[in-house]
Amino acid sequence: MSSMNSVGRPTAPAQTNDYIHPTLTGGRGLLQDEALIFELDGWGKTGVDIPDADRPADDLAGLLRTDPIGLPGLSEPEAVRHYVRLSQKNHAIDLALYPLGSCTMKHNPRLNEKMARLDGFADIHPLQPVSTVQGALALIDRLAHWLKTLTGMPAVAMTPKAGAHGELCGLLTIRAAHEANGQGHRKTVLVPTSAHGTNPATAAFVGYSVVEIAQTEDGRVSLADLEAKLGDHVAAIMVTNPNTCGLFERDIVEIARLTHAAGAYFYCDGANFNAIVGRVRPGDLGVDAMHINLHKTFSTPHGGGGPGAGPVVLSAALAPFAPAPWVVHHAGGFQLAEGPSGEAASAFGRMSAFHGQMGMFVRAYAYMRSHGADGLRQVAEDAVLNANYIKARLGDVMSPAFPDGPCMHEALFDDHWLDGTGVTTLDFAKAMIDEGFHPMTMYFPLVVHGAMLIEPTETESKQELDRFIGALRALAAAAKAGEVDRFKGAPFHAPMRRLDETLAARKPKLRWKPEANPPLAAQ
Amino acid sequence: MRYLPLTPDDRVQMLGDIGVDSIDALFVDVPASARREGFVDLPHFAGELEVERELAALAATNVAAGSAPFFCGAGAYRHHVPASVDHLIQRSEFLTSYTPYQPEIAQGTLQVLFEFQTQVAALTGMEVANASLYDGSTACAEAVMMTKRVTRRNRAVLSGGVHPHYVRTTQTLAHAEGMEVVALAAAVDAEDAVIAAIDAGTACVVVQTPNVFGTATDVTKIAEAAHAAGALLIVVTTEAVSYGLLKSPGEMGADIAVAEGQSIGNALNFGGPYVGLFACREKLIRQAPGRLCGETVDADGRRGFVLTLSTREQHIRRDKATSNICTNSGLCALAFSIHMSLLGEVGLRRLAALNHQQARALKTALEGVKGIEILTPRFFNEFAVKLAKPAVQVVEALAAKGVLGGVPYSRLDPGAGLDDILLVAATETVTAEDIAAFKTALTEVMA
Amino acid sequence: MRFTKDHEWVALDGDIATVGITAYAAEQLGDVVFVEVPDVGKTLTQGDGMAVVESVKAASDVYAPVSGEVVEANGELGGAPETVNAAPEAGGWFAKIKVSDPAQVEALMDRAAYEAFLGTP
Repeated sequence: MSSMNSVGRPTAPAQTNDYIHPTLTGGRGLLQDEALIFELDGWGKTGVDIPDADRPADDLAGLLRTDPIGLPGLSEPEAVRHYVRLSQKNHAIDLALYPLGSCTMKHNPRLNEKMARLDGFADIHPLQPVSTVQGALALIDRLAHWLKTLTGMPAVAMTPKAGAHGELCGLLTIRAAHEANGQGHRKTVLVPTSAHGTNPATAAFVGYSVVEIAQTEDGRVSLADLEAKLGDHVAAIMVTNPNTCGLFERDIVEIARLTHAAGAYFYCDGANFNAIVGRVRPGDLGVDAMHINLHKTFSTPHGGGGPGAGPVVLSAALAPFAPAPWVVHHAGGFQLAEGPSGEAASAFGRMSAFHGQMGMFVRAYAYMRSHGADGLRQVAEDAVLNANYIKARLGDVMSPAFPDGPCMHEALFDDHWLDGTGVTTLDFAKAMIDEGFHPMTMYFPLVVHGAMLIEPTETESKQELDRFIGALRALAAAAKAGEVDRFKGAPFHAPMRRLDETLAARKPKLRWKPEANPPLAAQ
Repeated sequence: MRYLPLTPDDRVQMLGDIGVDSIDALFVDVPASARREGFVDLPHFAGELEVERELAALAATNVAAGSAPFFCGAGAYRHHVPASVDHLIQRSEFLTSYTPYQPEIAQGTLQVLFEFQTQVAALTGMEVANASLYDGSTACAEAVMMTKRVTRRNRAVLSGGVHPHYVRTTQTLAHAEGMEVVALAAAVDAEDAVIAAIDAGTACVVVQTPNVFGTATDVTKIAEAAHAAGALLIVVTTEAVSYGLLKSPGEMGADIAVAEGQSIGNALNFGGPYVGLFACREKLIRQAPGRLCGETVDADGRRGFVLTLSTREQHIRRDKATSNICTNSGLCALAFSIHMSLLGEVGLRRLAALNHQQARALKTALEGVKGIEILTPRFFNEFAVKLAKPAVQVVEALAAKGVLGGVPYSRLDPGAGLDDILLVAATETVTAEDIAAFKTALTEVMA
Repeated sequence: MRFTKDHEWVALDGDIATVGITAYAAEQLGDVVFVEVPDVGKTLTQGDGMAVVESVKAASDVYAPVSGEVVEANGELGGAPETVNAAPEAGGWFAKIKVSDPAQVEALMDRAAYEAFLGTP
């Protein structure tokens, strides 16, 4: 019997699943090849209807732009199609698990988006009269109250625009405090070897030299090494907690005590706050300053690489030096302390124009308010539960970097289990793409060989976790069974095969350029 | 709880698989002194309706720009953004992805960044651009720090026309880096004064056009003077729409162009998030901050895009990185790029011309008002007005009459002694009725 | 040819030392994508950062193996960094240094000693 039905139409797929017939156009089913906007011949086109205006005033003579700018236009249908096609080449949290360790890729509630787009938040100018933006200042004040309460810290600088910007804010605050206290000679920052790259980069940016602190066998800061390196020259330590190995620093209270005894401040990288929110207050651990990535713990969207927001909670000793501006509450309502005199007189300066990432503040507040004190505690518990579940279910086929004891919100594996298979961490990650998952963070932290750092977050269901675990177990079995080809050439099923990063770096092409003459001026 | 998929049964089963009997067993590494038994002192869980009520009530107490005659600028501008822009940036695949670390499944974001970099380079008239920074002010500060690395000199000269927030942001970072900043006195036509301040130790000269008072300046001669002294010229722009009418920084000899990109594609948002534009000469790119997207090919030889020249960055170079930046302003850059693609050169030029026309109409209307003097000699869509009364009082009085009538210069630079200066802007969103209402209200307030 | 523990090689001709990174170092780095060579005329003290060599995912400082003045830099590497992989101990040289103390060269490892050093775990 053939599988043809009565109209000669096949009802079952052909047997040769492994043969992919190349298409004639490069399109593949729903996945369209898409040209650059510069290749769509839109040099004289526009998708926005704007009336013609008068000639510019004569006083601008000599200032006018006469050269062709080189910008193509698209009509609205073309633009929509261009960007929708491009969007379909991206992995996203909304599609499947996105277990990038240290990035906290959790679900982004759509209520947050709706609230941030209310005219009363989105369509207000940062320098309108303060009497016309009392609700906006109240929202910043409420968010600040939540952040202070959740961290047990007395103050918060709201203006930093991302985690690394928060680190910069924290270290500048510390520097200002030392300078005010006659301790300006302190120029060293201690950073564990497992730290995010932003920590040493920020310290250097602030004019400090960086000294690394060793790590113990069980993935924590070495107290002995810390004690040996602390001294009158040390301005601060920067420690991530839970750390980048996904472990809680058991000796954190002692770390803080030693640091303070040496006259230094304790900066905590709060990238991993999601593991402890609602259960542990950093203020109870002896932290002096900590940034909070609103785009991680508090669910504001990652947007393909930002925008983020990185408010910094501060101890009482550091609070007076926080950057301008900040919101103050007087009898007549909210005001902005904008410095350099008055209430912001001791501010170390300014992190950026205006008052911070308002659009992110609204989203984060909507998220916090939705969860409440009870829900946020459950967030931390489920995030930690999910990570430990992954560690437990994969522990027999992959090698956990720190097998003893629980992890926090992320499970760290090394590449020991791939020894002899010919498959590397990178190959394994690329094969995960074929199975429909975004790879975990690879080769970070640097202290673990071939690191694979998996952070599932609390917004994954058990079913999705099991699907993910099933895929990784199957891949692990394939690697051990010698199916090297499955890994070396991966991905096979993604919009693109593996890309040549060496070529990109050796011969940088950072923009489109016309092949011959520049495009005609669109007059 | 609507954002948490695990059921109580799931949790019990998973704890069993892990081999512990309670969630507390997973938090054993927390010191006993820091373990909290109860909930923190904050309200509990709230449904979507409740949250919406609270936030809508807060939002309603603000006066939205679109609800009143509106003339504020000073680094943030109200423009009309096509509806398709906001629709497209909310595509799940753009909104809920992250920095494109895995290029095989991030070509959407990467191609957008490549197009964005090309658009920014074209707008600024520069050779190359990066994938965005946080905003215009931090882009300015980063650019100044970059010139120290390039020239190995330690002194930056900032004109008195640079937005005071940008000056303060730059001073803050420069102080930490040990770089000297010479910030010249604020003046409406300040740009040319920088030439006299350039010396052999100058790493960079920073000018703004149109400047904070709205004055547009051809900075070609400043570029020549800077280059003759071995210094670099940084040109700042806070109103990106002006690129559609005025000479580009590149055409005037800039080595680095930085700008606030909010005007294109992005709402006012009370000051953030915005998008910093950063462009420079190609030979300087290895000292540039931020992510860069570059073209390459995949294993089958098909064109694709990757993040490149990453060795400049913090995750590889650590304490020797060109900047500490990691997350940038991706979604705002996407909004910028979509809006720019819709406009095209034709639309941008029309938009810019219309902005200039509206600002001239505003100038004409205000010229007859008693107690005011228009200061800015040549402007794009914003100009400075000297008032016979403190500007803060005037804008509050105007607000009481339902008009959002500009930004007092003292809000930007409280200590400068320029309390009588008001900055007013008019974009395509302003109507003839708005201008008439402003004139009437200002006449009453100044009387 | 002499070698340092930082995997640089030095070939002395008169008082001019040609300097590069060893084949072992080039292999460890992987595909070299960029080399920053020193400015001609720069005076170096042994151990100073002299050049930077980058692969896609790493950047390494190259230290001056001897003291002296840079008299020539390998400009070819700017357009063809892959030469460092193809011919690390020949066409992939970084700089020529007029040495101030030839004894510094003598004190470095010879090839046998360097290979023994590489064999040390």
